[in-house]
Amino acid sequence: MEQMLSLFVRSIFVDNMIFAFFLGMCSYLAVSKNVKTALGLGVAVIFVLLITVPVDYLLQTKVLGPDCLVEGVDLSFLSFILFIAVIAGMVQLVEMIVERFSPSLYAALGIFLPLIAVNCAIMGASLFMQQRIGMDPNSSQYIGDVWDAVVYALGSGIGWLLAIVGLAAIREKMAYTDVPKPLQGLGITFITVGLMAMAFMCFSGLNI
Amino acid sequence: MSKLFSKENREVFANPLNLDNPVTVQVLGICSALAVTAQLEPAIVMGLSVTVITAFANVIISLLRKTVPNRIRIIVQLVVVATLVTLVSQILKAFAYDVSVQLSVYVGLIITNCILMGRLEAFAMQNGPWESFLDGVGSGLGYAWILVAVGFVRELFGAGTLLGMRVIPECLYVENGGWYVNNGMMTMPAMAMILVGCIIWAHRAYNDRKTSK
Repeated sequence: MEQMLSLFVRSIFVDNMIFAFFLGMCSYLAVSKNVKTALGLGVAVIFVLLITVPVDYLLQTKVLGPDCLVEGVDLSFLSFILFIAVIAGMVQLVEMIVERFSPSLYAALGIFLPLIAVNCAIMGASLFMQQRIGMDPNSSQYIGDVWDAVVYALGSGIGWLLAIVGLAAIREKMAYTDVPKPLQGLGITFITVGLMAMAFMCFSGLNI
Repeated sequence: MSKLFSKENREVFANPLNLDNPVTVQVLGICSALAVTAQLEPAIVMGLSVTVITAFANVIISLLRKTVPNRIRIIVQLVVVATLVTLVSQILKAFAYDVSVQLSVYVGLIITNCILMGRLEAFAMQNGPWESFLDGVGSGLGYAWILVAVGFVRELFGAGTLLGMRVIPECLYVENGGWYVNNGMMTMPAMAMILVGCIIWAHRAYNDRKTSK
């Protein structure tokens, strides 16, 4: 239980998807122009992460790992293809479910829903999960069972949501500032994210 | 031969290097551009891998473009890219193990690199194999030179070395009685963001001046 809490807190603040690993940067920069859409995309990312990371965990440990299907065969080199297929399939499924049961949410998310399939944060979470299975069981980053994978997915998703909503709020205010012309838009956004990342660095010793 | 290197084709190749740079102008593929640039060597390897994968994925998709039904093109593109990335990842593990450990998950993340999907959707679906090949190499190199520039600055000031070789002499360091200290900030992820921001700034200022003349 304690280990799970630690994993959760660390994945939000210390191993933040955006500020520590720069994952999901493309949609992060493109969609952070106002807080409302940023929040919508953040929630969608959490949702997709919550499904894909545990599924990929089960695939990795029950199908792809050494000696899983056939004795003496290690299929883990197939993980890229399988993971991306799971993600693309899940996103498609989520899209259909949302469209069927909540057309208003579907209309609000628009193009961002299918774009989640190529969001690096989703693929990155699965790949980090794959790396962490082999870690020392005592470290606070270790993922040992499906529940750890769920907690890790939730934590990374919330971390991503925090980052995108924070940046969107700053950019809304920044519309009123006088920025040098070549720096406007993208340049100043990058520097803002850099400063935010510096602020998040003070969490780096955090341990529960 | 003259047709292969016609003016249009040269533009297809050269545009992504400067005016239409994937990182600074189109803002694609930022994730890996920032994460692998703490040192020069992984930055070069990453740039080359992306160039090779973009070029060949472009060629393959451009050859398939008339046979693949429109509805399932995304999944076909993903499978082609994932296969190429798996190949590159296995080759790196076999011949450059240290670098592949440093790159860790970012090799796998080439699959979701937006440059690839962007070029496949926007270019390879409409153009022939040779143009697509040039476009892929151009986009890849446009991405690579930003990576190398950021990696150069970060390794030089963060560790005083280039490609692992010492550039700033030992005797200048404070420990040895000199005055120089490494800038630890440079090796942090935050600095990569700020450096790319500055590159975008310089790049835009330069190109704006050129176009307004």
